Amino acid sequence: MASFYGFEPRNPLFLGTAQYPSPAILADAVKRSGAEVVTVSLRRESAGEGAGQSFWGLIRELGVRVLPNTAGCHTVKEAVTTAQMAREVFGTDWIKLEVIGEDDTLQPDVVGLIEAARILSDDGFQVFPYTTEDIVVAGRLVDAGCEVLMPWGAPIGSGRGLNNPYGLRTLRRHFPEIPLVVDAGIGLPSHAAQAMELGYDGILLNTAVAKAGDPAAMAEAFALAIRAGRLALEAQPIEARDMAAPSTPVMGKAFLA
Amino acid sequence: MTLLLNGAPQEIAGRTLAEALAELGFSGRIVATALNGDFVPARKRAETPLNDGDRIEVVSPMQGG
Repeated sequence: MASFYGFEPRNPLFLGTAQYPSPAILADAVKRSGAEVVTVSLRRESAGEGAGQSFWGLIRELGVRVLPNTAGCHTVKEAVTTAQMAREVFGTDWIKLEVIGEDDTLQPDVVGLIEAARILSDDGFQVFPYTTEDIVVAGRLVDAGCEVLMPWGAPIGSGRGLNNPYGLRTLRRHFPEIPLVVDAGIGLPSHAAQAMELGYDGILLNTAVAKAGDPAAMAEAFALAIRAGRLALEAQPIEARDMAAPSTPVMGKAFLA
Repeated sequence: MTLLLNGAPQEIAGRTLAEALAELGFSGRIVATALNGDFVPARKRAETPLNDGDRIEVVSPMQGG
């Protein structure tokens, strides 16, 4: 199993906590998935409300690690300040670093991402950058101090799966030693299995579980798919071929023509 | 003085960030703060003076993906 800054989960599903029908269903989904890490965020707190306090209580009861994000940040400055606030509130050096560059696709601003990753790594953060499958950007992120990379499968929330399996495979081959997590765009367990079969070390997803008709069942389905994909990789799949090759031995077959 | 608290104008009497947070009812809450876009650690709130027109952000945990 891969090590994410020294943490080696048995189940490499990173589950988002947003958009569930209720806190109880969120808790069920986390438990049934067996996820050991959940993603969380920060929002403006109003004095009378305290919604953030009850949410944090729920997450602590689940006994899982948290990976705070910088969702919604469009500049380096915003992302760095958000990360610093998250470190204090959640008590972890982990940060899922998002610097968004374009609103229709929520594509990362990779230039800002690299700069923010360097600032945060130098400040002692353990950065999980939400990036693209671009191998040059990936190299710069590693140079900036990132020991994990999280390329997108497809735009956040789109459920389209792996838009560019070739690019993701290339990234895997270029960085055999870096733990890689497909983050965003996953819609079905089969997408997660495909990423694991490509040699990815983990899957980060939220919408595909939270917005499913039965989030807890879907969470379990993803856990099974991730395990299946990993097992398949370790079992060394056959190569695809263009022509048929009989699987049943022909020797000794009755001659009936 | 008038501050912008999470984007909305707010009159406060306190002279430091810690005093303002107490006055606004955030005592005992798990929150993080920023002043004019810069993070202010909890331990420095009492020594962080405020000025008219300052922008304060007060955030707490929420669901995220």
